[in-house]
Amino acid sequence: MSRQDDSLMLANVSRRGLLKGMAGASALLLAARWDSGLANEKAQFGAGAMPGGWVDNPNVFIQIAADGQVTFINNRAEMGQGIRTSLAMVAADELGADWKRVRAEQAPADQDKYGNQNTDGSRSMRHWYEPMRRAGAAARLMLEQAAANQWGVPVSEVRTGVHKVMHPATGRELGFGELAQAARELEVPGRNALILKSPSELRYIGKESGLINGELKSAYPKAVDGEDIVTGKAIYGADVELDGTVYAVIARPPVYGARIRSVDDSKALEVPGVQRTIRIETASQPAAFNPLGGVAVVASNTWAALEGRKALNIEWDLGPAGDNAGYDSEQYRQSLEEAAQSPGRVIRQSGDVASALESADSRVAATYYMPHMAQAPMEPPVAVVRVSNGKAEAWAPVQNPRATRDGIAGVLGLDRENVTVHQTLLGGGFGRKSKPDFVAEAARIAREMNGTPVKLQWSREDDIQHAYFHTVSVDHLEAGLNADGKATGWRHRTLSPSITSLFAPDPEHKGEFELGMGFNTLPFDIPSIRLENPPAPAHVRIGWFRSVYNLPHAWAIQSFAHELSVAAGRDHRDYLLDLLGPDREVHNLEVGDGWNYGEDPNLYPIDTGRMRRVIERATEEAGWGRETGDRRGLGLAFHYSFLSYTAIVFDVEVSDDGDLTIHRADIAFDCGPQANPERIRSQLEGACVMGIGVALKSEVTFQDGVAQQSNFNNYLIPRIADAPEVVRVHLIDNPDDAMGGVGEPGLPPVAPALCNAIYAATGKRIRSLPVGDQLRSS
Amino acid sequence: MISLTVNGQEHELDVPDDMPLLWVIRDVLGLTGTKFGCGIAQCGTCTVHMNGVATRACVTPVSAVTGEVTTIEAMADDAVGQKVQQAWLDLGVPQCGFCQCGQIMSATQLLKDNPQPNRQDIVNALTGNLCRCGTYNRIVAAVERASGQEVTS
Repeated sequence: MSRQDDSLMLANVSRRGLLKGMAGASALLLAARWDSGLANEKAQFGAGAMPGGWVDNPNVFIQIAADGQVTFINNRAEMGQGIRTSLAMVAADELGADWKRVRAEQAPADQDKYGNQNTDGSRSMRHWYEPMRRAGAAARLMLEQAAANQWGVPVSEVRTGVHKVMHPATGRELGFGELAQAARELEVPGRNALILKSPSELRYIGKESGLINGELKSAYPKAVDGEDIVTGKAIYGADVELDGTVYAVIARPPVYGARIRSVDDSKALEVPGVQRTIRIETASQPAAFNPLGGVAVVASNTWAALEGRKALNIEWDLGPAGDNAGYDSEQYRQSLEEAAQSPGRVIRQSGDVASALESADSRVAATYYMPHMAQAPMEPPVAVVRVSNGKAEAWAPVQNPRATRDGIAGVLGLDRENVTVHQTLLGGGFGRKSKPDFVAEAARIAREMNGTPVKLQWSREDDIQHAYFHTVSVDHLEAGLNADGKATGWRHRTLSPSITSLFAPDPEHKGEFELGMGFNTLPFDIPSIRLENPPAPAHVRIGWFRSVYNLPHAWAIQSFAHELSVAAGRDHRDYLLDLLGPDREVHNLEVGDGWNYGEDPNLYPIDTGRMRRVIERATEEAGWGRETGDRRGLGLAFHYSFLSYTAIVFDVEVSDDGDLTIHRADIAFDCGPQANPERIRSQLEGACVMGIGVALKSEVTFQDGVAQQSNFNNYLIPRIADAPEVVRVHLIDNPDDAMGGVGEPGLPPVAPALCNAIYAATGKRIRSLPVGDQLRSS
Repeated sequence: MISLTVNGQEHELDVPDDMPLLWVIRDVLGLTGTKFGCGIAQCGTCTVHMNGVATRACVTPVSAVTGEVTTIEAMADDAVGQKVQQAWLDLGVPQCGFCQCGQIMSATQLLKDNPQPNRQDIVNALTGNLCRCGTYNRIVAAVERASGQEVTS
């Protein structure tokens, strides 16, 4: 078997033309150019720049059994985005496999073998689409070669049908299963020998299926985990059962950084089933992915462990937590609002905003607030770990298997090679399970348990009170308008604690990747722009939450743009298109962003024409401008994130009592080429509902450093009645641009679009989230 | 000892009276389709059928169980449950899937009680089942499909 060069990097040269070729009929050209001297160039962008890079060796990802069963080895975390199905479909299509005979198996944590496995940043499909197509094409070529060898004919005379190879000249056929053994022994063909299928030959990639805007086009082609999910057989973290497992929960410090002063566990040990308690030292700050510390209760079942924890008597030392112990989110909000009145670190500047504001005919100013939130995946964090003979083995629902492996190794003082991590299905991730702290905790407990497997379960209270919280934000904007209502100056100050405070001394300013999520990438065509970032210290663990800093940036900018249109007395849609200005492609460096989601700016410019198209499509589909009647209105917002473009229009009605009904959502989405449109639709439908929760319901507050919400009775997320009566997803047909992300970009425009619609219905402006009962007084 | 019948099978169990049915099902009987999501009857991931009523196993002490308990593992053998599961698959309802066993248990009980529910009936019956992925519109559509009605969502 030839060793293929895993470090080869595609995205470090402009391949925009190449991608256009792939979408067209030039598959041959594309294949030929893969090997054209790129192998030694250092990866700067895309999949090749990720730790572990990419791998396209078919022997790593595709197994074919003698009975023809095709097993696709999936290297990305499945957390609801359908990646196990979608990536398998990509490989299966190129291979020529019959989808009914394809199953998926999860790869263990091993980035050296499987390439990058860190599932975040809406990267899985855009980074793995091409490698999986090549893996499928290479496997197909090997099957064809095996058949040609057996028949004694040139490989050019054989063709692949569905799950079989044929020799048309003689009518002979052999199934994939019959060829598998011989094919496996062949050398993997070089990339320049691969010919990818033309679009007309594809059966799954890019094909619409399933429920499309209320109409069932065709029953959804078997999701690889669908049957297991609906019958209760699917294995999530807590469903892993090893012989002799003990069950544990941890009483964690109520304040970030607090330590144990004393523990009385005598009552806990009296609880039937409780076996022992284990003290876990508090990690020094910043905590990164380390255990928070506390007291673990180990028992013969989860219930006993939970009851034992209730009976613990722990005295906490708040001293080491420093000023975290005084953290009060209401006071903190006021301090940020005050800080927003003064200039901050300048992030981007063009023109002279001060004089533009001074000379404006009218000025508009507004301050927007978005609170802390917990990701709260339906499956709370959980992990099973066994430690014996200098080795550790873990089963856990994690987004980042490599960080999990390293975290366990760190806790146990082992080499990475002695740590095995099996990835279960994730019962939701949303960024929470990017942080493997809960697996490190389980390893810490298992270290004391002499080879007995430990299942560490987080309760919902643990999950909400000890989340890696979505940052809290204050955004203050001011604009000057001329006599025509056109914006001539725009000043935006953004204040949020940074995720980087998790890993290093708190910088109190947003990092480049945080600013690059929709802040400095502001696409508006305004002569004078000044963007500032005053300081905001962190007092809790701040972490990724689906779409991350795009959430507050889109919320503030898209709400404010609507406020400007109102001040100018103009239609919001028309005003927004004017703010965008003429269609153009903006290089990220031009606007002071050095990140660009890790992608090549030549492939992924910030494209205002694509913004315009999603705005036009969403408003057309929603019947923008139509008469809606009393206390009913349409609201619009758009946002560019994770290299994709989303616009949403909501149609809402607010009763005299303040009851909100969301009649309809029209979502227009452009992610470039679509691998599995069905799962793209489902991601956008889901993001819409999650965003409604961000807008209307979800908030974690703090007093004395302690989270004040603890479960779904007071940390509110959307219920079925909160969903729009109708959701319509309109996918922009755009095979010619580079592929963008899908999982996250649907979320950021939801809250501003909804609040803009509430304004249209009621005249009430929402500047502080969640909406909660603010409509009651309207 | 506590007697408990789950999915037609009788068990004699040495567990505390106040142990919630959820943990008996999961940790003692090893049936893992019934999920732990909140522990206070707020999310519905632990929904089982008890004497024909959709019940939150996480707040039901095992000693309070009367009659037969049915879990998701038995739904494939249930005529209504099977229809619901098939509609879920046809419409691609699940995303992460973690809540869907509970959703299916609630939906199945609804259709047993009311074979032709309207949209409001569906919303009422499923209001106790949270889905963080936001699959609610497809859930409504799948219940409509399972009951042979036109999809409205």
